[in-house]
Amino acid sequence: MFQKFKEWYENRHDYAKEWKEKTGGKVLGYFCTYVPEEIIYAAGVLPVRIFGSHEPQDVTEPHIFSMYCPFCRDCLAQGLKGKYSYLDGIMIAQSCLHIRQAFTSWQLHIPINYSYYFLMPNKVQSPRAKPYLIGELAEFKSSLEKWSGKPISDKDLDRGIEILNVNRRLMRQIYELRRNANPPLSGLEAMEMVVSSQLVDKKEHNEELEKLLCELPTRKESRNDGVRLMIVGSENDDTQFIKMVESLGATLVIDDNCTGSRYFWNEAVADESRLVAIADRYIERPPCPSKDWEERRRLPHLLKLAKDYNVKGAILVQQKFCDPHELDIPAIREYFNKNGIPSLTLELDVTVPVGQFKVRTEAFLEMLRGEELF
Amino acid sequence: MKEYPTEPLKCWQKAKKIREDYYKDFAAAKEKGGIRWAGGAWSFSAIPAGLGDDVYCLTGEPYGASVAWNKEFALKCQEATEAKGYARDLCSYMRNYWGSILLNKYVFGGEFPKPDFIWQDHICCSHAKWYQVASELEGGIPHFCIDVAVGPYHDLNENRLNYVVSQLHDGIEWLEKVTNRKYDDKKLIEAVYNECRSTSLWAEICVLNKAVPAPLDEKTMYSLYVLGTLMKHTKVVADFYEELRDEVKDRVARGIAAVGNEQCRVITDTQPPWAFLNIFRYLEKYGCVSVGSLYTFGLIGMWEVQEDGTWGPRKTPQQKGIKIRTRDEALRILAEWNLARPEWQHFYSPQLKSEMMIRIAKEWKLNGILLHYNRGCEGLSLGIAENRLALMKAGFPVMTFEGNMGDEREFDEARTIARIDAFMESLGMSKLKE
Ligand code: SF4
Ligand code: SF4
Repeated sequence: MFQKFKEWYENRHDYAKEWKEKTGGKVLGYFCTYVPEEIIYAAGVLPVRIFGSHEPQDVTEPHIFSMYCPFCRDCLAQGLKGKYSYLDGIMIAQSCLHIRQAFTSWQLHIPINYSYYFLMPNKVQSPRAKPYLIGELAEFKSSLEKWSGKPISDKDLDRGIEILNVNRRLMRQIYELRRNANPPLSGLEAMEMVVSSQLVDKKEHNEELEKLLCELPTRKESRNDGVRLMIVGSENDDTQFIKMVESLGATLVIDDNCTGSRYFWNEAVADESRLVAIADRYIERPPCPSKDWEERRRLPHLLKLAKDYNVKGAILVQQKFCDPHELDIPAIREYFNKNGIPSLTLELDVTVPVGQFKVRTEAFLEMLRGEELF
Repeated sequence: MKEYPTEPLKCWQKAKKIREDYYKDFAAAKEKGGIRWAGGAWSFSAIPAGLGDDVYCLTGEPYGASVAWNKEFALKCQEATEAKGYARDLCSYMRNYWGSILLNKYVFGGEFPKPDFIWQDHICCSHAKWYQVASELEGGIPHFCIDVAVGPYHDLNENRLNYVVSQLHDGIEWLEKVTNRKYDDKKLIEAVYNECRSTSLWAEICVLNKAVPAPLDEKTMYSLYVLGTLMKHTKVVADFYEELRDEVKDRVARGIAAVGNEQCRVITDTQPPWAFLNIFRYLEKYGCVSVGSLYTFGLIGMWEVQEDGTWGPRKTPQQKGIKIRTRDEALRILAEWNLARPEWQHFYSPQLKSEMMIRIAKEWKLNGILLHYNRGCEGLSLGIAENRLALMKAGFPVMTFEGNMGDEREFDEARTIARIDAFMESLGMSKLKE
């Protein structure tokens, strides 16, 4: 049922190349999930998120100081090694400094004919963020028009918004099924589904999701969920890690990752002005830690997810050196603790030390199971 | 070999006194019925000045540096922060600051003075979060933070400027609410004039260091620029910088050197490892003077390209004959002025920092550049490896050394000294004294 998503996830580069050949369209690589994909779809361009490969490399040493996160170096490495040579452009939405580092090095060293730094506001909690963002969306729109040589009409924007909204809605419906006892999908399958949505044409992705939704509720081979877990943290497309956790008699039933629910949780609500609708969506989405201030809005959101999905514990993961997540984790840990949700913190590197993590996860699961006995 | 005359700075004691008073006044603010606020050295400090003359601030980075200088206390702070579950690779100024709250100890003696509110701005990932945590550790002090990450100055437009200005307007309303005081626009306007004056003057002082021999060296400059990081908006600092400018001018006219045996000139980029400023003294053994850093120049100095194409002090509104009449005018000038800060530019592209450093290398007649791969500051080491490549490409010898501005556990002094030896040798310099 989930085969297609896995294929897309594994063969992302072939997919993008074929897409280009088939459509003659442009492909735009992006570095952060705050990019307004609606406008990119409206322009007929395919947005593709730039990921790493989880393989050790040594090509980024001259470009990135070693205290920056492994994810950003892994991303840049892919570019330097020519894995993304099919990209027509790259863009970033103002993100953490780490991934910005990968973007600017890419601009400097990998020939590309279009690059764009989208000034997403950080203080999304300020009432001033929305008008500012609308202005930035308009700038981006005209930049894309110039690049693609075509004006972007309201109709185009409606189409872009609709494609994105359908994708979000369908994934949300699938996530809803994870609330059930013995959910019909594993955390690994969910991850491959969301990550592939960031890699392929969402029109196709939507069709696949529709099919999946017909079959999934009655899926036979539903697994025993074991210990229900939540995963919270930074970028994470580490399927090996998820596989390992789920092999220990646990199921990841919900997440707060930008490769998971943070990416698609809310839709753009129609408005007379399309840019207003889009701006609202990015302001209102579940925030990344670097945008979650002064108030901590992540905390109640996380707790609600934990309750809605009936989790017994949470795994907090972060990329090594990831400052935004490092800055949130103690607060999350404490808050979860106060609310009766034990957590385990793990630090990801390019390659996951599966053996060591396994021991720690096992101990954590044992503790959670032990709690159930009493 | 040339030997230049040297002499101590006449206004040195005054600088020391201003700094001492600043930290003392903050601690004693409550005895005078005053208000205390905390925030970053980059925050719009001119704005709380509109709340009255009895408003005192504690800027976090210089405080973190003062802690770093006290190795023993710094270690205690870092350990206290780690024990709370915070990662060791986070900003070391921030960890020193949090540690002081956790230990309830002020590095200048006594308990850590609790601020009434927090007034910060955000461009590096740690800025707003630093004080989010500080607010929580202090039991929930009100916190306001302005997002200034609106792109590089050369791309500034109305929408971007308005975003910052409108947050400043909101900020003033917020200040009135949390302090229960009426805001005085006249005081704000005064503070804006002062800030422009002191930051332009600091750039003028740095320009004087283009002279050979350099009248100031980096280590000395740290003790002087710091006043701007504490309270750039005050008359005290602006007046002091005027006095300093005149004295440095006089040193240049009389050929007074910071380093008597100046043979070779370098510059650094970000914060130094504060506990090891002796590396600058070590450079002097080679007759090498560090004439500053992009950090000292560009954090407090405000610059613009002059008519002759060189880098020099930015003209202040007063020098341009601009009369600030309203709150909005004051805020627009203040926002625009700050958004031009050199140290903010390279958050968007390493090239902008490389260009500034290449310009400095040429105009300040440098022989080489030292880059501090600073594990303590993610913000200012952003893109540093690209700076290295660009500077070398432009033909300037570069030495890199790894360290940490505020956490001595990450600085290897012996290794750095060995690197300096090798670098000096590659520049054709030999030790003049042991
Ligand atoms: S993992 Fe952290 S540092 Fe890396 S890109 Fe994500 S938020 Fe940034
Ligand atoms: S990491 Fe650097 S730029 Fe960021 S808050 Fe700390 S000292 Fe400032």
